[in-house]
Amino acid sequence: MNIFLVLTFSGVALGAIYFLAASGLSLIYGLMDVLNFAHGLFMTLGAYAGYEIATRLPSSLGAPTLVILAIIGATVVGALAAGVTELILIRPLYGKPISQILITIGLDLAGVGLLMGGFGSTALQIPVPLWLIEPTHIGGLYLPNASFLAIGAGVLVLIGLEMFLALTRYGIIIRAGVENREMVRALGIDVGRAFTLVFVIGGAMAGLAGILYTIVFSGDLVSPNQGDSLLIFAFIVVVIGGLGSIRGSAVAALAVGLLQQYTSFYIGGHSGWAQIGDLSTVLLLAVVLEWRPRGLFGRVA
Amino acid sequence: MRWPSRRAGLLVGAIVLGLFIVLPFIGLHVPWVLPGTLDIVNSTGTLEVLALCFMFAGVAVGYDMMFGYTGLMSLGPVLYFAVGTYVFDIALTHWGWSLFPSLLVTFGVSLVLAVVLGAIALRVHGIAFAMVTLAFAQAFYFLVESNPHNLTGGDTGLSLSYTRMPSFLSGAVSNTRNLYWVALAFLVVAYLIVWLVTESVTGHVFVAIRENELRLDVLGVRPYRFKLVSFVVSSLIATGGGIVYILVIGTAVPSVVASTTVTLSILIMVVLGGAGTRWGAVVGAMVYVYLQQYLDKVGAEPTFTRLPAVLRVPLSEPQFLLGAIFVLFVFFAPGGIAGLVVRRRFRRASAATLLSAFQGLRKGGGG
Repeated sequence: MNIFLVLTFSGVALGAIYFLAASGLSLIYGLMDVLNFAHGLFMTLGAYAGYEIATRLPSSLGAPTLVILAIIGATVVGALAAGVTELILIRPLYGKPISQILITIGLDLAGVGLLMGGFGSTALQIPVPLWLIEPTHIGGLYLPNASFLAIGAGVLVLIGLEMFLALTRYGIIIRAGVENREMVRALGIDVGRAFTLVFVIGGAMAGLAGILYTIVFSGDLVSPNQGDSLLIFAFIVVVIGGLGSIRGSAVAALAVGLLQQYTSFYIGGHSGWAQIGDLSTVLLLAVVLEWRPRGLFGRVA
Repeated sequence: MRWPSRRAGLLVGAIVLGLFIVLPFIGLHVPWVLPGTLDIVNSTGTLEVLALCFMFAGVAVGYDMMFGYTGLMSLGPVLYFAVGTYVFDIALTHWGWSLFPSLLVTFGVSLVLAVVLGAIALRVHGIAFAMVTLAFAQAFYFLVESNPHNLTGGDTGLSLSYTRMPSFLSGAVSNTRNLYWVALAFLVVAYLIVWLVTESVTGHVFVAIRENELRLDVLGVRPYRFKLVSFVVSSLIATGGGIVYILVIGTAVPSVVASTTVTLSILIMVVLGGAGTRWGAVVGAMVYVYLQQYLDKVGAEPTFTRLPAVLRVPLSEPQFLLGAIFVLFVFFAPGGIAGLVVRRRFRRASAATLLSAFQGLRKGGGG
C-alpha cells in the first residue's frame, strides 16, 4: 500500500510536468492551429538556461537562491524564445498551418543542433540544494521534496491560467478565439496580439517544465534532446485531453503520469517489459481515440 | 498541369538513371564534391553514401504520395521503415530464414500493421492524425528499445547475419557495388509504383482528398478507403527502404532507424524537394542525405577546426545547418527545389500557358 501511495505521488508530480508542457501546446493549437514542434526546444532551452544560471552565478548566493533563480530564468528564457519565434517565424506565415508546423520542425532541429554544438551531447549536471534531493517523512511515507516542487508549480499554473482565461480581457479574447477565431476578428479585435501572448505563455510554461523535469525526474541532468522526448508525451496528453482544452490537458496529464508510474513499476520489472510505462501511454491514447475521437474534453467541430 | 517539357523531364530522368547505373565502373576523381577519402566516385564509401541517397529517395517518394498527393501528414513513416529493418533482420539473424521467406514475412507484418494502425489513425483528421501516427511510431521505438525476448538487441542494436544470404549480397563491404544497384533498383521500383498510382484514377481521388475532402464525401466517394490505400502503399514502400537500409548498413540501432528523427528527415526531404511532384522528393532526399554526410565530413577537416568558435560551432553541426536551410526554404521557397524550377519555367512561359496554368491553380486551390 505504501508503495502504491508513493507511486501515486510521483505520478501526480510527473502529471504536473506533463500539464505544464501540454497546456501551452494545447492553447497554441486551439487558437492558431499550429502544432508547435519547437516546444521541445523551448523546454530544452529552459533547462540549459537554468544550468547556466546555477553554474555561472557565484555559489556564495547559496544553493536555494540559485535554484529559485534558475527556475525563474528558465521560465523567462522559454517565454522570450517563444515570443521571438512567434514574431519572426510564425507571424509571416499566418493562414498556412502546414508551413508553420514545418517551420517549427526546422527551428527545433536547428536549435537542438546548436545546443549540441555549444554544450556537447553529454548530459550536464545542475547543482541543487540538498533538501531537493532528500525526501520528507509523512505518515510512514518518504516523499521526494522535488516532487512537491513540481506539484506546487503545476497547481499554481493551473489556477493562474484558469483565472487569467476567465477574468482578464486578453484571457477572454483567447478563449473566444479558440471557440471561433473569425468571429473575434470580425468584431474588430486584434487577434494577432493574442497569438503572440499565447506563444509567450506557452513558452514560459515550456521553460518551467524543462527545468522542473531536469530537477525532479532526470537526476538534475540537462541534455540537448530531453525536450524532444518530453514533447512526445506532451503531444499524447494534448490529444487525449482534447486539442485546445486546458482542463482536458490537466486531466489527461494526470492520467498519463499516473498510468506511466504504475505500469512501469508493477509490470516494467519483468524482463523485456522495461518500456511498458512509455508504451502504456500510447495504448491509452489509442483506447481514448476509439472511444472519443476528439479527446476527453474536445469540442465538437 | 501538364508542362510542354514533360518529355524533356523523362529524358533527363533516363539519362541520370543511366549514369547512376554505370557509375560503379567509373573511377573518376572529384576533389571538391566529395570530401576526404570519398573523392573517388566509385570508392566503397561513395557508393555507400549514394546507396543511402537512393534508399531515402525511394522512401521519400512513397511519403510524397501520402503527404504531397493525398494531403495526409503522417508523422509515423519511421514505424514501417523500422519494421522493414528489424523484422527482416530478425528473420535472417535469429530465425535463420533465407532471403525470400524473410522478405515475405517482413512485408506481411508491415501490411498488417499498416492496415490496422492506419485504420485507427485515420479515424481522426489533420493534426490529430499526425500526432496519433507519431505516437504509434514512438510505441514501436519503445518496443524495440525494451528488447523483448532478446530479439532486437535493445540500445546496442542488432547486426545482420549474412550466413543465409545469397553470396552476391553478403557482406556490406565486399559487395558494396551490388548493394548500390539493389538500392537503385528499389528507388526505381518505388518511383514506378508511385507514378502508376498517382497517375491512375485512384491517384486523382488522392488529390481530390487533399484539395477538398468534404466535397468528395458529398459526391458519394468515401475518402476513408482511399486514404487507407495511400497510407498502406506508402508504408510498404517505407518497409522496402528499411530492408535496403539493413542490407547496406548491416546493423540496426533504435536511435538511428526507429526514432522520430527519421520521420522528420523524410518529411524535410519531401518538402525540401517540393511536395506533390514525385521527382522533387527524389531530389530532396538525395540533396539531404548528401549534405548530411558531406557536412559531417567537412566539420572534421583541419582547416575547419581553426575557425573561431562563433563560426565553428554552428557550421560543424549538420543538424543545425540542415534545420536552418529547411527553415529558409519553407520561408522563401515553399514549393521546394521543384517549385524553384517550375517558377523559372513560369517566367519563360508564354502568356497563354501562364493563363491556363493559373486557371488550373485556381480550380485546384480550394483547400
